[in-house]
Amino acid sequence: MTTTVTGRVDSAGAPAAGGSRKLTERVFRIRESGIIAVFVVFVAVTTAIQPSFLNEQNIQFLLINTTVFALLALGETMVVVSRNVDLSIGSVLGLTAFVCGGLFGDHPGIPVPLVFLIGLGIGLACGLGNGLMVAIGRVPSLVVTLATLYIIRGIDILLVGGTQVNAQTLPNAFTDIPRANVAGVPYLAIAVAVVIGLGAYYLRSYRSGRELYAIGSSPDAARLAGIPVGRRVLTAFAVSGAIAGVAGVLWAAQYQTVDSSAGTGYELTVISAVVVGGVAIFGGSGSAVGAAVGALLLSAINSALNVLGISSLWLEAISGFLLLVAITLDRVISVRLQAALRRRSSGVGT
Amino acid sequence: MRHSKKRIFSVPAVFLAACVTLAACGSSGGGSASSGSSGSSGSGGSSSSGGLKTGLSAYVIPKLLGAQYFTVADTAKFGGAIAALQQLGETGTETSGTAATPASEIPAIQAAITKGANILIVSATDPTALCPTLKSAMSKGITVVTYDSDAPTCRNLFVNQADTTAIGVKQVDLIAKEIRGSGDIGIVSAAASATNQNAWIAAMKQELKKFPKVHLVATVYGNDDPTTATQVTQGLLQRYPNLKGIIAPTSVGIVSAAQVVSSSKYKGKVLVTGLGTPESMKKYVANGVAPAFFLWNPADLGYLAAYAAVNYASKKITSAQGQTFTAGKLGTYTVGADSTILLGPPFEFNASNIDQYHF
Amino acid sequence: MAPDLTTITPPGGGGPPAGWRGRLGPAAHATLRWESGLVLLIIAIVIFGAMSSPQFLTSGNFFNTGVTSGEVAIMALPMTLIVISGEIDLSVASILGMSSAAVGFLWARHWPMLAIFLAVALAGILAGLINGLLVTRVGLPSLAVTIGTLALYRGVALILLGPNTVSDFPSRYTSIGVNPLPGTQIPWNVAIFAVLAVIFAVVLHFTATGRSVYAMGASPEAATFSGIRVKRVKTLLFVVSGLVCSLAGVLWTFRLATAVQNNGLGEELAVVAVVLLGGVSIFGGKGSLGGVVLAVVAFTALQNALLLTNFNQEATGIVIGALLLVSVFAPNLAALRGGRLPRWVRGRARRGGPGGPAAPAAPAVDGA
Repeated sequence: MTTTVTGRVDSAGAPAAGGSRKLTERVFRIRESGIIAVFVVFVAVTTAIQPSFLNEQNIQFLLINTTVFALLALGETMVVVSRNVDLSIGSVLGLTAFVCGGLFGDHPGIPVPLVFLIGLGIGLACGLGNGLMVAIGRVPSLVVTLATLYIIRGIDILLVGGTQVNAQTLPNAFTDIPRANVAGVPYLAIAVAVVIGLGAYYLRSYRSGRELYAIGSSPDAARLAGIPVGRRVLTAFAVSGAIAGVAGVLWAAQYQTVDSSAGTGYELTVISAVVVGGVAIFGGSGSAVGAAVGALLLSAINSALNVLGISSLWLEAISGFLLLVAITLDRVISVRLQAALRRRSSGVGT
Repeated sequence: MRHSKKRIFSVPAVFLAACVTLAACGSSGGGSASSGSSGSSGSGGSSSSGGLKTGLSAYVIPKLLGAQYFTVADTAKFGGAIAALQQLGETGTETSGTAATPASEIPAIQAAITKGANILIVSATDPTALCPTLKSAMSKGITVVTYDSDAPTCRNLFVNQADTTAIGVKQVDLIAKEIRGSGDIGIVSAAASATNQNAWIAAMKQELKKFPKVHLVATVYGNDDPTTATQVTQGLLQRYPNLKGIIAPTSVGIVSAAQVVSSSKYKGKVLVTGLGTPESMKKYVANGVAPAFFLWNPADLGYLAAYAAVNYASKKITSAQGQTFTAGKLGTYTVGADSTILLGPPFEFNASNIDQYHF
Repeated sequence: MAPDLTTITPPGGGGPPAGWRGRLGPAAHATLRWESGLVLLIIAIVIFGAMSSPQFLTSGNFFNTGVTSGEVAIMALPMTLIVISGEIDLSVASILGMSSAAVGFLWARHWPMLAIFLAVALAGILAGLINGLLVTRVGLPSLAVTIGTLALYRGVALILLGPNTVSDFPSRYTSIGVNPLPGTQIPWNVAIFAVLAVIFAVVLHFTATGRSVYAMGASPEAATFSGIRVKRVKTLLFVVSGLVCSLAGVLWTFRLATAVQNNGLGEELAVVAVVLLGGVSIFGGKGSLGGVVLAVVAFTALQNALLLTNFNQEATGIVIGALLLVSVFAPNLAALRGGRLPRWVRGRARRGGPGGPAAPAAPAVDGA
């Protein structure tokens, strides 16, 4: 159920192998540009109905709303591509949002970068915990991260203890982060886009990144090929956790009031975004850029519904429906692709 | 393999049968289900000098654990319900679930009943879903008092933070004054099904008739979730660029709305008011986005609910209108229509007094 | 799913034990061990509960516990079969919510109750059919499909009822939340659960269909080649799940005397947790219905015991999560004790060498 095909050596020799790879690359690009196209069309239609959808203020709103989800989508992509899933990201986000937001109140004058580092550290620790259990314990990630979803949220609730972080305890240096912008485009959005670009580049061009795809396509084959599966999976979870930690600190900067419910339910939204963005849930294919565009699309739909005055009661049904359409589409594409590859390698047609 | 499957099945089957037998025997054993709490009414009832019973066991059950508003209303540390209970010589315990749903609240209510509660002080997550459980409690002689959010058909008394109409009227009057009597306003509410929200909004719409030049253009629902509240506020602002004011009668919604306005080009153009806790709103009072807003003292609300419940359990008052009782430091209160006791008028927080409050 | 090669014992190493246990296959052996562990766990919980609270063992308490956990238990039954067959259904709580909303919606429009039951049953069947067809005919992974339908069906509930609640149901229906079966202390939904549990257990463990469910979970290809109609059975499992969940929705609505769109919100995780705790492998092909029944008892007894003591309710999530972790680590720890270390730790193993353990072929990462 994946669209990854490693190069095949057959009687046609090298050209067929190169051709298959080029074809699959082309399909990746098509899928990625497909989701971008959908996004563009959607924005165009909504703006036609309600021009204020695309004014500067709303673009800022949209970009800032998306930053947290786009970051989470990057981490989740790395995990999903390797045929795993990380359900604990919402709880990790909630934990670091509260702990780090609270640091400003308890330690006035603490430098903002240090707070981000602490958030990253907490998230990294959680991610390592997940990764170790999955990699060494050979335990399915669905179960492990479901359990850590409960456990981390429980720890968060205990720590919060019925209080909350309030906006006026946060220094301006911190809360200005989502607002600083250049020509209307928030710096934060640019920074996140750069990070996602780097992440996508790593996944596509670095051997350790590509090995994640191999693991997702076939863990046994990957192992036999000498890929250190455990280590790669551990890294993927560690990165996902670290990203969720940083996302939590950003969340606090954005919403400024943090209680024990921060981030509840985010994991399903992020997984939806990732799948809509073209990442196969069984691993082996998809890109971080696509996942980020998926997050952007879901955010845009949410914003559009609110701007158009459509009752937000419809949002849930629409996002569910969209997810089903996206995965059906991916399946159809993958079936066609496999058929095309079979034809190609058997020498029939181009 | 058939043999093995039978063996596998036999263990749980025997166990299940044992459970069922236990349960069936339980009915003939201790009588009805109330046996576990048969000691409820009248247990530990020694009168104190004020004529109130002491030694009663009371459970305070907010909509959820972990929300600051309820921590203030319930706990002894902030002078809330449990502080009052302890003053009166009763035992008070706060319990609930962590999701603000009936499914999460009901087990806590049932456990309280099982543990022999004489008094339940409940903030209802839903106006009717708790009724089967609460009615069963009342039938066992347990005093059921709701506070903050009512379940109108299944409680002895409801302690309302402020008059429903007054809450709506004050917010409308304030925003109308702030926007100088003319312009568009919007409402950012909580869950669309919340009883108190809808009652307040109805009162607001009624009061708005006094201000013909103020138009309520939309009501959006933030579901007490900061992400949702933020997004619906953003949509509201985008849809109605001429918006001048926002009323958010929810402590999560008002913070989100004020935050959105503060960090956008609408700062200075849109004013926000509503119901909020002082600590969470200090920043927005200071930056002028929300110069004034309302609430009441949640601790006083819990305190009053405790006194009302103990008075009812001691048979000093009934649910009938006109009954009066004293609520410690808060003074004398009267039971009003629909067995409702009002704490008092909503309190306005603004720059001149907000620093005195720390909740 | 890769075939399970862990059942190959090395030559000269522990042969099958003598007596009746020797006639059990290793899979059945493991299941029996798991269930015994659950029984021990339940005994421990009961002792803990009885010691920490005098009301724990009362019939009133039993009634309360049963009443609040009946629907989750009911939903766990078809979920068991679905997970054993190698799939998963995360939309169960949304189907519950959707059917609750449908009950309210139709009741407010004065439909007779019998017609409402039929309509809701049909809706549940349809919902399950959509899940099943997307998984079997279109070939989509069930995790992704049911995440989508989780949102879709909850969305339908939202659209049907909006912000409204419907609560004027006649008391002969809503009494199931308060009154037990006449003459006993058993709540109605526990009785329904017991009946359904027996039916599902018989189907799973004593019929050919049940055996085919195990087969397709262990290896879909082998199952297909041996003539099992994998697609048809899986679709049927999803349809049954939809029907059972809509029944749970009706029960939930009457128990709370309220139809509101957020009924059942979030319960799918509890259902999955209970099934996994019951020893059902997330990879498919292993598990028993008895184990799930025991897990339901353990899970609800533990939550109840914690509630009756003054355990900080804010921390129950931690307990549930820890229990879940134990439930997946325990078999692996047993394997570790048996000398089989994960390949990542011991490096590339010699394949099939004498005296060396066989290379486990189960993937390290899940394919759920």
